[in-house]
Amino acid sequence: MMEKELQYVDMVEQPIAMHPKKFALWLFMVTVVMIFAALTSAYIVRQAEGNWLDYELPEIFWVTSGIVVLSSACLQWAYYSAKRDNLAQLRIGMVAAVVLGIAFLVGQWYSWVALVDREVFFVGNPAGSFLYVFTGLHAAHLISGVIFLIIVLISTFRYKVHSQSMTTMEMATTYWHFLGGLWIYLFMFLLLNH
Amino acid sequence: MATASVATHDAAYDHHDHEHHDNFVTKYIFSTDHKMIAKQYLVSGIFWAVIGGFLSILFRLQLGFPDLNLEFLRPLLGGWIDEAGKLDPTFYLALVTMHGTIMVFFVLTAGLSGTFSNFLIPLQIGARDMASGFMNMLSYWMFFVSGVIMFISLFIKTGPAGGGWVVYPPLSALEQAIPGSGLGMTLWLVAMTFFIASSLLGGINYITTVINLRTKGMSFSRLPLTIWAFFLTAVIGLLSFPVLFSAALLLVFDRSFGTSFYLSDIYIGGEALPNTGGSPVLYQHLFWFLGHPEVYIVLLPALGITSEVIATNSRKPIFGYKAMIISMLGITILSFIVWAHHMFVSGMNPFLGSIFMFLTLIIAVPSAVKVFNYLTTLWRGNLIFTPAMLFSIGLVSFFISGGLTGIFLGNSAIDIQLHDTYFVVAHFHLVMGSASFFGMLAGVYHWFPKMFGRMMDARLGYVHFWLTFVGVYMVFFPMHYIGIAGFPRRYYSWTNFEFSNMYTDLNMFVSAAAIITFASQFIFVFNFFYSMYRGRKATQNPWRSNTLEWTTPVNPGHGNWPGEIPTVYRWPYDYSKPGAAEDFIPQTVPLSATPESNLPHEQEQVKLEMEIMKEESEVLAANGSNH
Repeated sequence: MMEKELQYVDMVEQPIAMHPKKFALWLFMVTVVMIFAALTSAYIVRQAEGNWLDYELPEIFWVTSGIVVLSSACLQWAYYSAKRDNLAQLRIGMVAAVVLGIAFLVGQWYSWVALVDREVFFVGNPAGSFLYVFTGLHAAHLISGVIFLIIVLISTFRYKVHSQSMTTMEMATTYWHFLGGLWIYLFMFLLLNH
Repeated sequence: MATASVATHDAAYDHHDHEHHDNFVTKYIFSTDHKMIAKQYLVSGIFWAVIGGFLSILFRLQLGFPDLNLEFLRPLLGGWIDEAGKLDPTFYLALVTMHGTIMVFFVLTAGLSGTFSNFLIPLQIGARDMASGFMNMLSYWMFFVSGVIMFISLFIKTGPAGGGWVVYPPLSALEQAIPGSGLGMTLWLVAMTFFIASSLLGGINYITTVINLRTKGMSFSRLPLTIWAFFLTAVIGLLSFPVLFSAALLLVFDRSFGTSFYLSDIYIGGEALPNTGGSPVLYQHLFWFLGHPEVYIVLLPALGITSEVIATNSRKPIFGYKAMIISMLGITILSFIVWAHHMFVSGMNPFLGSIFMFLTLIIAVPSAVKVFNYLTTLWRGNLIFTPAMLFSIGLVSFFISGGLTGIFLGNSAIDIQLHDTYFVVAHFHLVMGSASFFGMLAGVYHWFPKMFGRMMDARLGYVHFWLTFVGVYMVFFPMHYIGIAGFPRRYYSWTNFEFSNMYTDLNMFVSAAAIITFASQFIFVFNFFYSMYRGRKATQNPWRSNTLEWTTPVNPGHGNWPGEIPTVYRWPYDYSKPGAAEDFIPQTVPLSATPESNLPHEQEQVKLEMEIMKEESEVLAANGSNH
């Protein structure tokens, strides 16, 4: 019996449901969802109490929303290119995604300029402050996404991203789509509730 | 015998091990090994527990002996003792605030979850380490930075944060409100930001590890209840801490940038503040969306540890393993939809109040299931009263006596009378504070041999237990009466109220008991550090336990198991199985090795198991020839 007890069976690489780092990324995205879920519900609760400033949303949000969708599409194209080992297309797609990401950030900055133009300031009625917090916090996350994309872009020039080595590329793509989706959610939310 | 043959067996697999050359810094300071990080959390937790406990003694002196001359504390507290030898009232508020913050977050969240999740998850699921050792290290050092900032805030001129551990605005949002809302509050918020980041990094790691890195055969239905508890704790933390972050972020904007999320129509010294349109109740909603789950972040790991310790030391399978898991899941879900029971008197709609009351009272069901299962596990067991076992039974006791008062407090009508009185203080100190603290102590006594390869002194453990157990009841039981009599929390003194005179003695009694209880913790501190170096050498499996951590060497190195990671063939609670030679069968023993004790349905699994093992040995042989 003792002999059997000691029969340590070889661990032939435990089949893992998901790459641990990818899984951790998903969990991180859950925390981001919770942050924005808290903020948007706070917005609704606060709005229901009255004394709420009404103002027009900056039109540039339509443009930036378009940019962020386009950027996601470019990255997805880059992702498919990487899967087919087409490194030239991969780089073009990624550069386009990064440039569009930065364009989005610039656009968001101009949305703040537009807000100031209509005399909606960060300090003042919470209706305006909330908008600054939503866009600012989202932009902070988006900057982290741009940095991530640039890191992956650099590794493409070192031939580290190809069909056999897709983990970081997949993670970057997932995160970028998530951030884009998060913005679309925020924009829809603001359209419906402002 | 087993140990010796494991060692020879493992020698054949030495080529799997990496050579590790650690210097002092990588081994003890910036370690990525989950066991060392767990010990770092534990020692930090003990440090903070001593500080947090000491702060409570300071304010208990004021509450129990309002006329006492505290001049003797001047060397320590300096200007916080005024000319008449009295404690400064604003510092009293800071003491209460810091006691709460330190105990809830630094001791019972980081110290408890940080220690045991880190230590036990890889060891009990059969993993080499956490999913990401680096993130784990980062998590500890974020906690450390958070602690340093909080510690510094104790010594600044205006004192640490003083708005209560819940830091409700507008009190906490306006620097001019009290001294404790100045720099101390800013440091509190910065420290908590680091703490949230630390908790999230830790939690992401725990969840990833439990889901992805279990050893072969370790299905979710074979996980020890400790792991279930740590897993669900991490899930709760992952969903609730970001909300606290949002709440704190808006508070920071209100404090430092002049926004009005929580502020509206406030006059200070006859002058109106510019803030308009904010809502302080909004903060309460956001805060308690974390704050209530936080109760279970603190409690669940302690309950998990208790399940394991009670089953081992009753020499019986845990009663209702599945019921335990389901009730923990129930608690996890319910913990997110009861937060407003902290806000019954905040002017909320009474109809909404009754919904939250209903949901709150439902939590009594899974809690009662757990208590029932603990008691039925103990029932007719071959009880072994180790210190860990005593502390676990103590936890069950506190969970019952503190839980019962929760039924009163959860009632929105009775809460009008009891809200913010010492009844609440008594309730949560028993059910959440002391219960979790006992779970933590049980865990330390139980897993000390695995952590340090030595045993803690049991006799000192017994003295520590009885003094603490009796002491806790002496402290918190009388508080119920004080609370029912109407004493509000956080008051510096009640000497102006006529009715309070008849309770002076009771308060004095509570304070004396608190001092004795606190003093007896040093027995533990001594035992802990003394045993680390001088304790009796531990054997490989001192408690004759089933879980995987006891199959590692006495002092597990990097990667935990010197050879292959063991495979798991059964659940962790095969204690006193009828027919078995010993009264425990570790998880690594195949069913085929124990035909004498297998149940009919297990006998059927043996065939399947044999097939799998045969395949495996073929793979093993194939691998061997490749080398």
